[in-house]
Amino acid sequence: MTIVENELEVREGVDRETVEAVQNMGSYKYGWNTDIEMEFAPKGVNEDIVRLISAKNNEPEWMTEWRLTAFRRWVTMTEPTWAMVHYPEIDYQDLYYYAKPKSLDEKPKSLDEVDPKLLATYEKLGIPLKEQMILAGVEGAEGLVADARKVAVDAVFDSVSLGTTFQAELAKAGVIFCSITEAIVKYPDLVKKYLGSVVPQSDNFFATLNSAVFSAGSFVYIPPNTRCPMELSTYFRINAENTGQFERTLIICDKGSYVSYLEGCTAPKRDTAQLHAAVVEIVILEDAEVKYSTVQNWFPGDEEGKGGIYNFVTKRADCREARAKVMWTQVETGSAITWKYPSCILRGDESQGEFYSIAIANNMQQADTGTKMVHLGRNTRSRIVSKGISAGKAQNTYRGLVSMHPRAKNSRNYTQCDSLLIGDQCGAHTVPYIEVKNNSSRVEHEATTSKVDDDQLFYCRARGMDEEEAVALVVNGFCREVLQALPMEFAMEAQSLVAISLEGSVG
Amino acid sequence: MLKINNLHVKLEAEDKVILKGVNLTIGSGEVHAIMGPNGSGKSTLSYVLSGREGYQVTEGSATLLGAALLDMAPEERAAAGLFLAFQYPVEIPGVGNMTFLRTAVNAQRKARGQDELSAGEFLKLVREKAKTLKIDADMLKRPVNVGFSGGEKKRNEILQMAMLEPKMCILDETDSGLDVDAMKLVADGVNALRDAGRSFLVITHYQRLLDHIKPDVVHIMADGRIIKTGGPELALEVEENGYADLLAEGV
Repeated sequence: MTIVENELEVREGVDRETVEAVQNMGSYKYGWNTDIEMEFAPKGVNEDIVRLISAKNNEPEWMTEWRLTAFRRWVTMTEPTWAMVHYPEIDYQDLYYYAKPKSLDEKPKSLDEVDPKLLATYEKLGIPLKEQMILAGVEGAEGLVADARKVAVDAVFDSVSLGTTFQAELAKAGVIFCSITEAIVKYPDLVKKYLGSVVPQSDNFFATLNSAVFSAGSFVYIPPNTRCPMELSTYFRINAENTGQFERTLIICDKGSYVSYLEGCTAPKRDTAQLHAAVVEIVILEDAEVKYSTVQNWFPGDEEGKGGIYNFVTKRADCREARAKVMWTQVETGSAITWKYPSCILRGDESQGEFYSIAIANNMQQADTGTKMVHLGRNTRSRIVSKGISAGKAQNTYRGLVSMHPRAKNSRNYTQCDSLLIGDQCGAHTVPYIEVKNNSSRVEHEATTSKVDDDQLFYCRARGMDEEEAVALVVNGFCREVLQALPMEFAMEAQSLVAISLEGSVG
Repeated sequence: MLKINNLHVKLEAEDKVILKGVNLTIGSGEVHAIMGPNGSGKSTLSYVLSGREGYQVTEGSATLLGAALLDMAPEERAAAGLFLAFQYPVEIPGVGNMTFLRTAVNAQRKARGQDELSAGEFLKLVREKAKTLKIDADMLKRPVNVGFSGGEKKRNEILQMAMLEPKMCILDETDSGLDVDAMKLVADGVNALRDAGRSFLVITHYQRLLDHIKPDVVHIMADGRIIKTGGPELALEVEENGYADLLAEGV
């Protein structure tokens, strides 16, 4: 057996740490909060608040106007109710829309100048803000096998970005990676050209709110014919109470280029629910490819459903030109409410979209998530693999649209939706929407629902694993196809998360 | 090693009494066989001993090396040295066979307060054991029992047994669905594990497995009781005359 196979083997398994984490942890590992002096914009949202946020970010006039247009639109809109999620009415005037650590009043020139308390926050979360190699090493038969890789990080704390690592090295390759706030000032032409071109200001209630009040989020531009020399990642932390996080991410991958982007998120345990309404826009030009991976681990609320993040997110990739490719991979384990449909607009001929998803809902969590594959170009291809896991009293819905437009001749879609139930009080729902408007395209949809099988659990236990360990093993097996689509360092984290999220779901 | 005393068991779902006072003592290093017609309670005995849910012990006891077996969770029984080779090994999609083995081995080591095996130590061990059972690298990588032939599944059970090194092994109709060559391979695997500190309880319908795994003691089970106990010749008697005479005798 070769070294590579050993790595795979270890990656597939439920490692010791996973199991220990499950056994030892109270519950949510990232639930602590950073005690730091914050500056808030006044509660509520109105045109003055929108102007204030714009001013805080030192934005040019055109940006302020763009926000105001969105805001004026938003006040005429109503919250969507079609998703299979139930939550108390959100009072949009009882939230803070902007929160920034006071120590960041003077923008730090580099990460070295950032308040050590903030840096310690990320260290505790395990996010490297030093420009170091990430070691995803595993011990194999032939000694230590280490896969050293660099990952650039943009660290977002409530409404502001603390800084971005490896900027200089990326600049050498012509890659721009910075906060959106910085991009609006430094690269106005790129931002003007692409912002709102995938998710328009008027797209939906939450995206429109985001357009009015967004702060922070990442901006990525990969110039033509460039393979981004390292993984890019953004790590979102909501810390302040009663504060919404509204980041906006814009990724542009120019002709013939490639980038892999990772996103991670956590928040402290709070009794009150917190709103997160982000927008991610991805523009992919001819022959370019983007991989976007998310491990979403926002605080899910407690066992009775108190607190937690309401996650209303609009993510969309536009394969704007021929042979553009996008791959969304998401592991959704957190949030009290998840409302999220990362989508692919397959506009260019022969463009491709893929969506791999694991959505876990435990206790009182509710997830309504899926994707949209909009086939506009000829010979376009899409693939959807969704694994939904429900435990406790949770409800998990896959909602997906596959749409073949008249011009999308000879296009193909394959969809596979598998649901796994643990216990007898949870629910799994699959809601596929399929529209085919030409006669040469093909759409396949397969769906299964199963329960964690008592025979499987007994078999594992008869071999010495305890019940939690057995469930983690079976569930990780169920998710394997999706876990394998993740970059290595995320796959390990995701695997542990799968186990942790299901803690207390058996017995 | 294993001591079963007046064990009465009923099936919870159907409120049906299956075992009606089983007595059995297996000494260290001994190989016992249980034979009997369908529905006599052989498989129930193996499930009750390994801790499967759905059975209620109404009377009696069982001890493994002096410890009360029936009070323990299945994983505790496994860590204490009990192993059941399943009649129908269970498929676990998406979980590599090697991952499963390693998780099991380390779970038991941990329960016994031993250090876990490193990836390297584990690989070395598993390759060595797999070789003797003619299990190739491909079978180790495939998901647990998924798409395995009958013979592969049973060989895989014996591989697990070899890796876990239990003290008391129960083989539940390990010969069912095997051709002669496959049975011999499985029997060789079992024989290689025989030693003074390890005992076996072989449950089977047919004498032919006992040609390969020579038992010290043979029990005949019928209607939830052991009705006759003897040497290996008892198995031959069953092979020639069937169970009818013995059943008549037992009444």
